[in-house]
Amino acid sequence: MDPLPVVSGFLAAAVRVATPLLWAATGETITERSGVINLGVEGAMLAGALGAAVGASGGGVWVGTGVALAAGLLVGVAFALVAVTAQADQIISGTAVTLGAIGLTGVIYREYFGTAGAGLSLPTLPPLRIPILAEVPLLGPALFAQPILTYAAIGIVPIVWLLVYRTRWGLVLRAVGESREAARVAGVHVGAVRFAATVAGSGLAGLGGASLVLAQVGTFAEQMTAGRGFVAIAIVVLGRWHPFGVMLAALLFGAANASQYLFQAMSLDVPYQVFLMLPYFLTIVALAGVVGQVRAPAELGK
Amino acid sequence: MSDLLELRGIHKRFGAVAALTGANFSIAPGERHALLGENGAGKTTLMHVAYGLVRPDAGTIYLRGAPVTLRSPRDARRLGLGMVHQHFTSVPALSVAENIALAAGWGVRPRALRRRVADVMGRVGLELHPDHRAGDLSVALQQRLEILKALASEADVLLLDEPTAVLAPSEVAGLFGVIDRFATTGGAVVLITHKLREALAATDRVTVLRTGRVTFAGPTAGETAESLAEYMIGRPAESAARSVSVPPRPEPVLTMRGVSVPPDRGQGTGLVDGALTVAAGEIVGIAAVEGNGQRELLRAAAGLLLPSRGTVDRVGAASLVPEDRVSEGIVPAMSLAENVVLGQGRSGSWVRGRLGLVDWRAAERYTAKLVKTFSIMAAGSMAPAGTLSGGNQQKLILARALESNPSLLVAENPTRGLDFRATAFVHERLRGAATAGAGVLFYSSDLDEVLGLSTRVVVVVGGRTIPVGPPLDRLRVGALMVGGTS
Amino acid sequence: MVAVTAVAAAGVVLVAGLELGGYDAGAAFGALWSGAFGSGYALLSATLVRAIPLTVIGLGFALAFRGGALNIGAEGQFYAGAIAATAVGVHAAAWPPAVAVSMVLLVSAAAGALWIALPVLLKVRYGVFEAISTLLLNFVAVSLVSYMVTGPLRERSGIYPQSDPLAAAARLPLLPGSRLHLGALLAIGIAVVLWVVMRKTLWGFQLKALGLSPRAALVTGGVGADRMLASALLWSGALAGLAGGLEVSGVSYALFQDLSPGYGFTAIAVALLARLHPGWIVLSGILFGALEAGAGAMQRDAGVPAVAVYVVEAVVIVTILVVDALFRRRQIVRGIQAGRVTA
Repeated sequence: MDPLPVVSGFLAAAVRVATPLLWAATGETITERSGVINLGVEGAMLAGALGAAVGASGGGVWVGTGVALAAGLLVGVAFALVAVTAQADQIISGTAVTLGAIGLTGVIYREYFGTAGAGLSLPTLPPLRIPILAEVPLLGPALFAQPILTYAAIGIVPIVWLLVYRTRWGLVLRAVGESREAARVAGVHVGAVRFAATVAGSGLAGLGGASLVLAQVGTFAEQMTAGRGFVAIAIVVLGRWHPFGVMLAALLFGAANASQYLFQAMSLDVPYQVFLMLPYFLTIVALAGVVGQVRAPAELGK
Repeated sequence: MSDLLELRGIHKRFGAVAALTGANFSIAPGERHALLGENGAGKTTLMHVAYGLVRPDAGTIYLRGAPVTLRSPRDARRLGLGMVHQHFTSVPALSVAENIALAAGWGVRPRALRRRVADVMGRVGLELHPDHRAGDLSVALQQRLEILKALASEADVLLLDEPTAVLAPSEVAGLFGVIDRFATTGGAVVLITHKLREALAATDRVTVLRTGRVTFAGPTAGETAESLAEYMIGRPAESAARSVSVPPRPEPVLTMRGVSVPPDRGQGTGLVDGALTVAAGEIVGIAAVEGNGQRELLRAAAGLLLPSRGTVDRVGAASLVPEDRVSEGIVPAMSLAENVVLGQGRSGSWVRGRLGLVDWRAAERYTAKLVKTFSIMAAGSMAPAGTLSGGNQQKLILARALESNPSLLVAENPTRGLDFRATAFVHERLRGAATAGAGVLFYSSDLDEVLGLSTRVVVVVGGRTIPVGPPLDRLRVGALMVGGTS
Repeated sequence: MVAVTAVAAAGVVLVAGLELGGYDAGAAFGALWSGAFGSGYALLSATLVRAIPLTVIGLGFALAFRGGALNIGAEGQFYAGAIAATAVGVHAAAWPPAVAVSMVLLVSAAAGALWIALPVLLKVRYGVFEAISTLLLNFVAVSLVSYMVTGPLRERSGIYPQSDPLAAAARLPLLPGSRLHLGALLAIGIAVVLWVVMRKTLWGFQLKALGLSPRAALVTGGVGADRMLASALLWSGALAGLAGGLEVSGVSYALFQDLSPGYGFTAIAVALLARLHPGWIVLSGILFGALEAGAGAMQRDAGVPAVAVYVVEAVVIVTILVVDALFRRRQIVRGIQAGRVTA
């Protein structure tokens, strides 16, 4: 067995699988930096996935992406109204928003697509090969032959970093997440900052849903996000709320998930459920190993 | 009139309480002005009005002769007002430079920011390392940051709210130096304080407030401590009764040896190798600058914090009156009776049987008795504790602690934020507890209170305990508090 | 009352949504009602049967939440209990019924507590937020069930992905003529016990104080958050696990995938609607049981997807949270104005 294509395929799969996670985690990083923990990110991702399916079936992949973004933003607004404006408990309201999103997407899905089920076929985003770079052994296909939404997900990371650490907006965002009172005294409108950060983060999660449908799975199924949004929250912790750390953590999770292909290729007989469980276990372990030593934004959840 | 800031006819009510009634205030460039009054007199409220944090119900604010409406501190800052608050208003996780940038509205590009920060520090005469985390600063340095923040926004009127509360006597001199320097460049400084001595020593004019009304406004030069005290309290001040030195009965109720406790809440020095004894009938007062380990000492004595080294031996039970009334002393949403049950736990007389069943009727009856005995103003023992005034909350906490008959009573800053009468009540009860045979251990950030109430004083500095023998004079103890030798 | 507002709001949203979606709201509600209360069968065998796990899990959630701990992993604990119940129940043929049933229920409760033990440990030792760790374990439990019914617990005939049926001795007795099982009495009994604990014991009171103000509870009451919350969470997990055992030994008599139509999440709505009060939780459980029972009929007869019920639950939760939060803010504002609380 020639290891090179197997490993190369594994790496490519890792990046592909990591992309939706990266979208959602980058978005959630912005949200959590303002002190808001958004469990509705799972619902935003799912809404984005459905939006992408609906949009793409009607008007192609770009319409699909646009609708996904809008869906994610909408979910973000709903959550922000409850958790930021009304200042209700963030965890429960986030769970409720996700619950509602599951119900709503289920209803809309059946309305729109009837009982097509898994047979639904959608236009998808093909991999976009970057000439020369894609020929690099091992890393080439993994990093330079991915759909455009993947490049975008990676490209947005340094932009977010710049925004958070090198602009006044970022300073204000960080101040709000660390000490609401101090920010308020400095004349910052805390609620507005949190609202904006939450909606923006949710929008990115919606794009993650688009990425999942249009660039990875190719179709829509009810509850297809299967907790990816929650995994994204753990990725944020693992990445220490820092855009580049989050990117690395997302790749790690993508690799974990994609490792089932490695195992298959090596003909190891492991029940497939183990791979289903693996990302969640990894997440929990990551939480335990990281949380004690690392500080979350001081106002997170309050 | 070349007044920089003038407040005319300010009225403000908070619900049923009239915080300010027809208050006037004015200050000219280069003037150092004390705003004097006891706790609850309205000084902070008046300055909050000037700073745009509070909207007055009536009255006008004039800046440089022109009337202004302030909708928020942002407006005030833009007009040249800066305020240094009692509590820390910086973001602990951000650096000194970032905090200044946030407060002053600057951009954050590294090189430009560094230059501007250095400029301000040079202009004001205060130095701080720009990259240090604000949360790591000592209390005195935190105050420096607050002043830098205010002045970075090009303020020409500086409002300082009780700035010396967190400073050792020697650091106070440094602060007044900065104030003087600011005044000579044409700035105006308002010093909000309840300490007469400071007003007399460091200011040109003084305005005295009593229960929301101005009782005096004029040059400091013509006044004395007695005259100012009379304006503040309304009658010739009774000299604080000196504690009679009760010969302590030989049995100690508390013995601490070689005790080390890491800093509580991650701030300050913690306690290092502390030693302390308290005997029945004694009132031991702790003199310390905040953050030097006094909190850890008291809490370890009460059994709330566990020492990492050393031994704490108590005879009988200890009760703690915590510094932070509202978040540690009571649960505001719960009723008085529930708070009493919480405080006494298993040892409450209304707890029956191994299953720990609570007889709520008995608890309510007990609480009602407590309310009567201690004259607590409340709407009944079922009223939520959060509806009580600060003074009455403290009465409840004290009553609860005393009625459980502890052999050791530990009190952290028990009179903070209380007015004259409530303070006197607390002092009376502490003395009473000692006379009745309990050992009392307390800390106050007001050195005069410590000296006046204690039968014995212990200084805590840098985490170490230093017993102080007579004579108990201010200068000596103050010097010890900052690490000088006796 | 807040609860009534929440239900009313949910009703309004449901009607609006149905109309928007082009469904016949009247027919949908009609189907909902008849599916839930329309007949003796509906009431006893559909609504009340579904109310049992909702009530039991809801009680568990309320207990933990009273102290401020969030157990969002009830779904997973339910499955853990179901797995354990099945593992024991299929081999219990030779035991006397009382023993078999007791064993099954005990084991399921223990499994539920075990399933939450890891999050509890992580919380106490590493400060990991229990809401996230319990949530993630839900997904693991689902995979575990899938593994169990296609592997170790698979039925002998190997046709379907489900377990062998439970031995007759391990099945809960039924109310004659219906599918209502003994678990109903157990649920009510647990509610009573919980009410006594919360209202009349020092432990329950300290838990309430902990939830309202952890710092005051510690400083004034000497209440250690870790120990108390660990206790409450373990009981919460045990109750969820027990619900799983009740479902297996009282309703399904076997283990298979999707045994729970989201009971673990619906129970959150149940508990919140009842304001964490054990007595009201029983009633709230019946209400949501009715909703779930009617949802099936609604899908069959009016074509409205059953999953729409989730939206209703979400609205209920959100309404309660928002009204509560607004109420609290008004109180704080009033407190500031009265000079009691510093702004």
